[in-house]
Amino acid sequence: MTDQSTIHFYPKEPLIALVGNPNCGKTSLFNLLTGGKQKVANYAGVTVERKEGKLTLGNQVLRILDLPGVYSLYPRSLDERITCNVLLGRATGEKKPDLVLCILDATNLRRNLRLVLAVKRMGLPCIVVLNMMDVAQKRGIPINLAQLEAELQLPVITTVGVQTHGDDALRQKLASMDFSKPGLEQLSMIHQDAPNLQTQADNEVVRGILSRMGLDQLMADPLSDQIDRVLLNSVMGPLILFVLLFLIFQAVFSWAEVPKDLIQQATDWISQEALERLPDHWLRSLLVYGVIAGVGGVLVFLPQILILFFFILVLEESGYLPRAAYLLDRLMGSVGLSGRSFIPLLSSFACAIPGIMATRTISNARDRLVTILIAPLMTCSARLPVYALLIGAFIPSRQLGFGVELQGLVLFILYLAGILGAMGVAWVLKKYANSKSSFHPLMMELPSYHLPGLKNVAIGLWQRMLIFLGRVGGTILFLTIALWFLASYPKAPIGSIGPAIEYSFAGMLGKLLAVIFKPIGFNWEISIALVPGMAAREVIVSSLATVYALAGQASDSAQALAPIIQKSWSLATALSLLAWFVFAPQCLSTIATVKRETGGYKIPIVMLAYLFGLAYCASYVTYHVALYFGLS
Amino acid sequence: MTLDQLANNITMQVKSVRSFPELPEIPHQLEEIGFIAGESVTILRRNPVGGDPLMVRIGLSTFALRKKEASLIELEDIQQ
Repeated sequence: MTDQSTIHFYPKEPLIALVGNPNCGKTSLFNLLTGGKQKVANYAGVTVERKEGKLTLGNQVLRILDLPGVYSLYPRSLDERITCNVLLGRATGEKKPDLVLCILDATNLRRNLRLVLAVKRMGLPCIVVLNMMDVAQKRGIPINLAQLEAELQLPVITTVGVQTHGDDALRQKLASMDFSKPGLEQLSMIHQDAPNLQTQADNEVVRGILSRMGLDQLMADPLSDQIDRVLLNSVMGPLILFVLLFLIFQAVFSWAEVPKDLIQQATDWISQEALERLPDHWLRSLLVYGVIAGVGGVLVFLPQILILFFFILVLEESGYLPRAAYLLDRLMGSVGLSGRSFIPLLSSFACAIPGIMATRTISNARDRLVTILIAPLMTCSARLPVYALLIGAFIPSRQLGFGVELQGLVLFILYLAGILGAMGVAWVLKKYANSKSSFHPLMMELPSYHLPGLKNVAIGLWQRMLIFLGRVGGTILFLTIALWFLASYPKAPIGSIGPAIEYSFAGMLGKLLAVIFKPIGFNWEISIALVPGMAAREVIVSSLATVYALAGQASDSAQALAPIIQKSWSLATALSLLAWFVFAPQCLSTIATVKRETGGYKIPIVMLAYLFGLAYCASYVTYHVALYFGLS
Repeated sequence: MTLDQLANNITMQVKSVRSFPELPEIPHQLEEIGFIAGESVTILRRNPVGGDPLMVRIGLSTFALRKKEASLIELEDIQQ
């Protein structure tokens, strides 16, 4: 017997689910309908992103649910299973939708209409939404709406997801709708419980509809084909991709200068004010040296993180990302992966967590596991603060000609080191870990090119920023305060000469760890900072700021950090720390994600062990090579 | 003839998708993304190194396939 005792209470507003093929512009339309006010979470028990928003029309409030993009409703992949279960009202904690909006790419009815037939068979009230109507019109695809409504026996609305007011017709339709039970029942046609695999039969029906509507000739997007002739050209293509990636990393450094300075000045000003206005008390020390120094030291890197995400979002929106994966498929194949691993790995440059979650699109289980294992080697944005600090302090800013700047070049090399390390690990796994099947399917759609919608990019950036600030507010703040405590107590005995921190818990722990880290050139200050750095990597910058601020060498906060480490570290130590961060294990949240995605402790433990080993070896080699060349 | 043997820019139509006992879901996935009997298919380009992967136009959609999965797709001449 199954346990039926759980009762879920759902908000009384009607629930509208958006269903559609991948790349049909569903998310743009969702953004247009709900604005920036979205709740992004996961479905119960699985790491499939769940996006919900609210649409207010007069006095009617509607809940809009953006379901994962699917090609069919046959529950095979995780995304399809979620979509099916939600539509059937079987998903845990989800209400069965009151209305389904079937979003179609108007330029590709051939494939998209099959999904409408499958949704119709589920017996849910359904409205067909022809999205990307502007593109269809521009290409001269004559769609007779009345005829399509008659063929499908469903209402058909047209929208332009990337245009303000592109959803007016849909809003009007929803505003005029009767969301009572009998009102909705008029919109559901056939009652049949289980979705079944009728691809072939459905296709016959779709072809029939299209030929009666005079839409059966094939008109692909001529513009996309022309662009592809350049961007996927066998010589130009890889060259353009390489230059593009290089420029992105240059921009991450140069564009961020001004906002970074502003944040620095603001942090500086706040801690100055706090020092002057507050009485000398342990609370002031906590506020200035713990909270402001810690949070400020991480916040200055927000501009760089946003710039990187901006480029990833624009490339994703434009349709170029899967093409980059196509171009790199051969390269990935040489280490036993497929181009499908490229998009999760690229996302890992922003943060490994969405990257690891994105591996769900890799159908081959072994490929997926290898991708998860190497994702942490992609330089995530959390490592950027550490790189930025060390590069800023130790690498001179110098123009090398051709618009190439030395600091940017070093950053590029660090990214490259991570990529090469990842390829090396994948290659070793291909060589020594046997795989059951030598079949690595690619099967990746290359959608038509689109101008990226500003609003979509803005909403994406906004969500990323909230996640980052949430981390600063949560994990990072907690850890900086904990570290401040460890670094402040017990107090130095009266009459002692050395800096007070040497007598604290943190000082003791750091000195203990320093024994292990001495062979790779880390001093005890670095060793202390590495401990909270395990919880979230960007914390190491704020930790160093806290350690040095309390060690009495700095006046206030993170801003003064660069000149201090410049004085007290050798170049060999700095390079060794850079090498450490190329390979060192991820923050705890990544490890937790890996555990959840792989369903056990085995893979996260393997990951921790190999990353620590690799990091130690890389730092050891770097340190000693640097010493050999006299960089002490 | 299977899709991996088709020359670039020649259009034929899908006859069937072969079953693949090693990974039975692959043929289903190929059908779902549009490789259904009667659909027109063209290879737009191949990677210059080793001819893998292929960029394939199926119906109105474009997909990147590797030779191995393309070899599961049986072709025939266009019939009206």
